[in-house]
Amino acid sequence: MSVYLVQFLSGLASASALFLAASGLSIIFGVTRVVNFAHGSFYMLGAFFGYTFVREVGGGGIGFWFALLLAALAVGLVGLVVELVILRRLYKAPELFQLIATFGVILIVQDVALWAWGAEDLLGPRAPGLTGIVRIFGTPMPVYDLALIAAGPLVLAALWLLFNRTRWGILVRAATEDREMVAALGVNQSLLFTGVFVLGSMLAGLGGAIQLPKGGADLLMDFGILAEMFVVVVVGGMGSILGAFLAAVLISLLNTFGILVWPDGTLVLMFILMAVILVVRPTGLLGRPETAGHKAEAGFETALRPAGPHYKLFIAAVLALLLVLPVLVGEFYLILVIDILVLALFATSLHFLMSTGGLVSFGHAAFYGGGAYAAALLVTYAATPFELALLLAPLGAGLLALVIGWFCVRLSGVYFAMLTLAFAQVAWSIVFQWSDVTNGDDGLLGIWPSAWASGTLVFYFLALVIAVGGIFLIRRVIFAPFGYGLRATRDSTLRAAAIGIDIKRQQLVAFVFAGAMAGLAGALFVFSKGSVFPDEMSIPRSFDALLMVLLGGVESLSGPFVGAAAFTYLHDELITFEYWRLLLGLTIVALVLLFPQGLAGAAKHYLGRYLKLEAEPTGAAVTKREVREA
Amino acid sequence: MSEAAVKPNPAAPSLAVRHLSKAFGGVQAVRDVSFDLGKGELLALIGPNGAGKSTCFNMLNGQIRADSGSVSLAGTELIGRSPADIWRRGVGRTFQITATFPSMTVAENVAMVLMSQRHELFSFLKTAVQRHRKKALELLDLVGMTGQADRPCGVLSYGDLKRVELAVALGNEPSVLLMDEPTAGMAPRERIELMGLAARLVRDLGLSVLFTEHDMDIVFGHADRIIVLSRGELIAEGTAEQIRSNPLVLKTYLGEGQIYGRKEG
Repeated sequence: MSVYLVQFLSGLASASALFLAASGLSIIFGVTRVVNFAHGSFYMLGAFFGYTFVREVGGGGIGFWFALLLAALAVGLVGLVVELVILRRLYKAPELFQLIATFGVILIVQDVALWAWGAEDLLGPRAPGLTGIVRIFGTPMPVYDLALIAAGPLVLAALWLLFNRTRWGILVRAATEDREMVAALGVNQSLLFTGVFVLGSMLAGLGGAIQLPKGGADLLMDFGILAEMFVVVVVGGMGSILGAFLAAVLISLLNTFGILVWPDGTLVLMFILMAVILVVRPTGLLGRPETAGHKAEAGFETALRPAGPHYKLFIAAVLALLLVLPVLVGEFYLILVIDILVLALFATSLHFLMSTGGLVSFGHAAFYGGGAYAAALLVTYAATPFELALLLAPLGAGLLALVIGWFCVRLSGVYFAMLTLAFAQVAWSIVFQWSDVTNGDDGLLGIWPSAWASGTLVFYFLALVIAVGGIFLIRRVIFAPFGYGLRATRDSTLRAAAIGIDIKRQQLVAFVFAGAMAGLAGALFVFSKGSVFPDEMSIPRSFDALLMVLLGGVESLSGPFVGAAAFTYLHDELITFEYWRLLLGLTIVALVLLFPQGLAGAAKHYLGRYLKLEAEPTGAAVTKREVREA
Repeated sequence: MSEAAVKPNPAAPSLAVRHLSKAFGGVQAVRDVSFDLGKGELLALIGPNGAGKSTCFNMLNGQIRADSGSVSLAGTELIGRSPADIWRRGVGRTFQITATFPSMTVAENVAMVLMSQRHELFSFLKTAVQRHRKKALELLDLVGMTGQADRPCGVLSYGDLKRVELAVALGNEPSVLLMDEPTAGMAPRERIELMGLAARLVRDLGLSVLFTEHDMDIVFGHADRIIVLSRGELIAEGTAEQIRSNPLVLKTYLGEGQIYGRKEG
């Protein structure tokens, strides 16, 4: 019995850090409407700062806690810089840009942390005076856990006081309800936003710091906690701090008890819990129904139009060039173009989901990697021939998308996005941990195409046919009744439902289709490289796809192709440097800040003359009509 | 209002609403509302803001689930069905604030309805471009919008959007049309034009229409019959004459005094 009690208390202890981090994320989103992806990085920085400060000043019992607070303050300072330098300029930009920018921050923080603290996992310092153990009915338990258990409710109470008893807190709550109204009342909005961002960052930093004696500090903390935070926020109900607390406790308890009952299945248990709660209460435990208008809009108001004659000519020229490419360049470049083709199909499938469906997925790599693993597992365990594996892989990815999508389409906007990321992280963890089957981090090797397709030249043409064919298929679907129906659900859910469109079904089928196409790209990938590693399913890979969509612009379907080419080039240039993540992160942030309307938007701006000629008659007609009517 | 007080309509009712109730938390938005919508009738639902008109509408087309009561469409119970299902059974609606697909052209907006009606929305390989264009143009011709068929809905004026909505609502040949404040937010002349057009169309097509409206000229000018909702309850029903002289309606909604010309103390 006492074992269970201790396990229960230990679950409560680990809930505290998770709650602190998640509440910060929730507060920041509530007011600024920015999903701060760098929040996991702030948590990680809290742990690293805490480690250093405890060493420098944390001599005695008071010094230790002072050092943790100092770490939180330091992270708050980092948050201040991020808000002032980056986010402040992006509040009005489409959400995709904010996400990409905070993802840039993740990359920067990763390399800065690597440079400052090294690649080794750091063992957390122990809290002076709390190093011992207590016996609870005979079962030992670290005293520090008791301190952690107290920390969660303490911070919860402090936040409650802040938001209910102080003027600033009430303003923050008001801004969460109605930003425009608060601004209209003469509140300095940018000051409020900055304050909220710093507070949220400090909470993340504190969360990272207080778990030091238990979990230490390492470079993988950022993505791990990010997915958990999203689960907490979605399960607890966005914007509800008490809900975040309850969800953090629930998930931590599930983890600690899950280990006792089913050591290998904790992730699956978390998955089931999240699924059950979302089916019963789509808004989370204490969440309120979403108010309309909080969509994760990626800035796709315009629609793709069928290609004009000039555009068709251009596409034909590009295709002709790709066909004769093997004559023009050597094997090295052919392999590079195969990479681009594969990524272009991957990015196009995401672009379809985002532009036509308005569904911003943060976990699209689950299906890219899913397809790659489906093919690799089929070859490894069932000796499936290459051709069949290539055919079955998209089906496998589609099946995975059906399961994940069935839950995700119940939510919309950023909640949808967060849930896709959380599920993708679960999928990644399963592949990473289930090493008996997937070989874990060592990956699956020796997955080569059949002899006839193993030469670079033949494989190049195969990849060309499949990738270009896939992209054309996606384009076809966009202009098919299905694509129109999907666009209708994006444009107006109200009207779509009123004319008999089953919105969730339309979205789910789109999700499965996009997943299957990503899986096809993944299968091509695994056969072009001969191996697959869990990285292909990871959050960074999902962001690569988002980045490609962003780089290429959202205006046309050739966007993802351009994006994939630009991304491959950028990646290949930077990877030769030791701190390539830092450079990539800085590049991303710079691109987003310089072109807050996207590369395509910038191009449109500079080539505006031609486009204006087209746009003018429409505008003039409107004016004339309104004049006549007046 | 009890059921006994509902006067049976000479024609068989298209929509028979009985004892409809809905509460939001502690607020009883609609309480025990019963009425018939006769075949081919233009029935106006009026009442002050917050009387429960929109809640009634949303229950009729399935957007809000009623707490209790029944809505029968030619013998079929509608309560508990999804908006999509109810639409397929021939109950169309327009919204108080227009809802169209801004990224699509006017003609495509109408074509969407036709594709949905024909169960084509899970077709992956046919093309939707120019699909059902002829039929869409016919519908647009009814509302006088053929000239703007190829403009995106996102750039239209409000009055034109209302016309497009009308064409969209007629797209699946409904038997019942619910119009939530069809002329809200429009200039006086446009209001008269639009309501005249809508009334003419539904009479030509033999539709039964339930509409809400705050403009009494429109209501008295077009409605065959009027029902009055106040604080969630039906307080009166009758012809324009009867409603105009009903003391309870005057007190709760229409007002007894003049709006213009009275000197404020």
